[in-house]
Amino acid sequence: MRHLLSTAELSRDVAVELMDTADKLRQALLGRQVRKLPTLRGRTVVTMFYESSTRTRVSFEIAGKWMSADVVNVTAGGSSVGKGESLRDTALTLAAAGADCVVVRHPASGAAHRIAGWLPGVAVVNAGDGTHEHPTQALLDAVTLRERLGGDLDGRRVGIVGDLLHSRVARSNAHLLRLLGAEVVLIAPPTLVPAGIAAWAGGDGSGPLAVSHELDAELPALDAVMVLRVQAERMAGSYFPSAREYAAGYGLGEDRLALLPEHAVVLHPGPMVRGMEIASAVADSPRAAIATQVRNGVHVRMAVLYHLLGAAEEVA
Amino acid sequence: MRPPEPLLLRGVRCYGDGEPADLLLRDGVIAELAPAVDGTGARVLDAGGLVALPGLVDLHAHLREPGGEEAETIATGSAAAALGGYTAVFAMANTDPVADTAVVTEHVWRRGREVGLADVHPVGAVTVGLRGERLAELGAMAAGAAGVRVFSDDGRCVADPLLMRRALEYSTVLDAVIAQHAEEPRLTAGAQAHEDGVATRLGLAGWPAAAEESIIARDCLLAHAAGARLHVCHASTAGSADLIGWFKSRGVRVSAEVTPHHLLLDHSVLAGFDPVHKVNPPLRAGSDVAALRRALATGTIDCVATDHAPHPPQDKDCEWAAARPGMLGLQTALSVVVLAMVRTGLLDWRGVAAVMSERPAAVAGLADQGRPLEVGEPATLTLVDPDASWTVRGARLASLAGNTPYEGMQLPATVVSTVLRGRITAHEGEVLT
Repeated sequence: MRHLLSTAELSRDVAVELMDTADKLRQALLGRQVRKLPTLRGRTVVTMFYESSTRTRVSFEIAGKWMSADVVNVTAGGSSVGKGESLRDTALTLAAAGADCVVVRHPASGAAHRIAGWLPGVAVVNAGDGTHEHPTQALLDAVTLRERLGGDLDGRRVGIVGDLLHSRVARSNAHLLRLLGAEVVLIAPPTLVPAGIAAWAGGDGSGPLAVSHELDAELPALDAVMVLRVQAERMAGSYFPSAREYAAGYGLGEDRLALLPEHAVVLHPGPMVRGMEIASAVADSPRAAIATQVRNGVHVRMAVLYHLLGAAEEVA
Repeated sequence: MRPPEPLLLRGVRCYGDGEPADLLLRDGVIAELAPAVDGTGARVLDAGGLVALPGLVDLHAHLREPGGEEAETIATGSAAAALGGYTAVFAMANTDPVADTAVVTEHVWRRGREVGLADVHPVGAVTVGLRGERLAELGAMAAGAAGVRVFSDDGRCVADPLLMRRALEYSTVLDAVIAQHAEEPRLTAGAQAHEDGVATRLGLAGWPAAAEESIIARDCLLAHAAGARLHVCHASTAGSADLIGWFKSRGVRVSAEVTPHHLLLDHSVLAGFDPVHKVNPPLRAGSDVAALRRALATGTIDCVATDHAPHPPQDKDCEWAAARPGMLGLQTALSVVVLAMVRTGLLDWRGVAAVMSERPAAVAGLADQGRPLEVGEPATLTLVDPDASWTVRGARLASLAGNTPYEGMQLPATVVSTVLRGRITAHEGEVLT
């Protein structure tokens, strides 16, 4: 693996290896007073964030620092980016300055692919590109599901509910979960379902994909439900009439929680809009794995950096 | 300019069929056409194995001058045209300043004449500044030396139905045609790629077929009511071809063009996010490509037009959404049409002459282009080697910009010579002024 740009391009072997490494790192760090491994000492990781993000940027930064990499954060407002420099020139500058790995979040789909093409010899990690993909989010979701459901995801059924049209998390998860053998059902009003998604053929041996507009009908058969943020400004685009009507049809409230099987897990990639797509009582319930997702995010990103930067030293 | 010396083309096959013949070009016209012509006093060119076609006519090119000279000029665009086998090119109005007054259209026309490599016909804007608010002075542009007969806001759609109605009505007294860039802007806000599974996978906002088709349907109804002529720019969907066929069958005076890239490429090439494949309308599905080929073969779609759209490197070496739409076309069009239409058996060389020369000339009302290869007709023609092939290199094309989607591809058929009224404008890859 030279870059991590999408889950659509991952093989099952590489995906499982990354997830296993994340688990090993979690075990290795468990109960340690000093959470610092020497693995990436002397390597430089630059994070380029062209969109505001708390959890992803912090997660990558912690992941790099726990592995002793030098982590430099570039934000769109705090560098020459604000002066109208092109993405290519910024990327070339960071490579020339000595970056071994660039972690990029950008509002344009495909931005990470472009940077990977411009920077031979630099590993590129897509930390979210437009409405395309967010592969480390999908990996941390899969690690979390494996942990909470106690075993691999073959034959498991996962619902993804919300703004599928504008969600890179939904795309990355739809690819990865099916690659791992799970069935995915996408649930949203028709206005928020992207065109042609039902026809996705997927990779070899990947699980089926279904589209549904009825959340209540799907919940009893799910092993997990992933709730996506729905931005209130979508109402301006007439994707749905009102927040109240959206919550009534697709919000995960306590009554709907009761429709899920006992063992089923609730995931949310954050940031949450409480009262819109998820009720506070659900978000704070023990069924929700939201804090576990964040914790696993650090381990997954450590695993990704470890694999990309090809450290000679064996982990744990 | 000195009058060109007489030129004898030996052993050429007109329209690629029949026996080889000798073609004598003298005083700007085809003087003789016979199995063996006496070449005394003429420059003799061995044209054995070559196909002669009437000079190609492009209804749709962006030559970028004035205002965009970093990407293309009328001189470099004319060179690309001549090397691509074109003898007439229509220069779209979305320059800076916009070609919405006779001052600009006369300038473009005059520059084309000075360069002299192809007849450059300015297209006039339909609305002032392409803003879609009020009509530009169509009459003044039509009355000038350039004699503008094709009007278009190409790059933008004349979206306001009332304004489009008025433009169509007004055009009838000028014997002009309104060429519409069919794109309902409310349906394509932020659109980046054909709305379908590929765009969904790549997270690119969708450009739905209905945005094109709804405007075509509306404009056909308006044109019919006005008794006007409508030309559909770059038809790109199977549904557009169906609609155009349906309206033609009911007597609507509509013509349509398709670009070479919509005949060859589909949206699967977007996978790497390289904006060299970004074009408007976007590359569509394989089923659209197949339907467009059929529609061109049957005449439902009248002609091929390049939508040649040069862009400087910084407008393509960027993220997909920030890139400008458009690709080079003038020097690759004939080869792409051969690959998509001739090699597939959908068109013969007479068919190529029809879709790349005769019909576009008729749409624009050009009297001396797209004429038959017969004695007494203008010596305006293109010699093609049907058996040769070449490898496309953007940096070696005559355009200042290099944004070709065919980089590195081996394409069939080469243009050996282009002749405009008896004068060679391009020969074996070199332009001759």
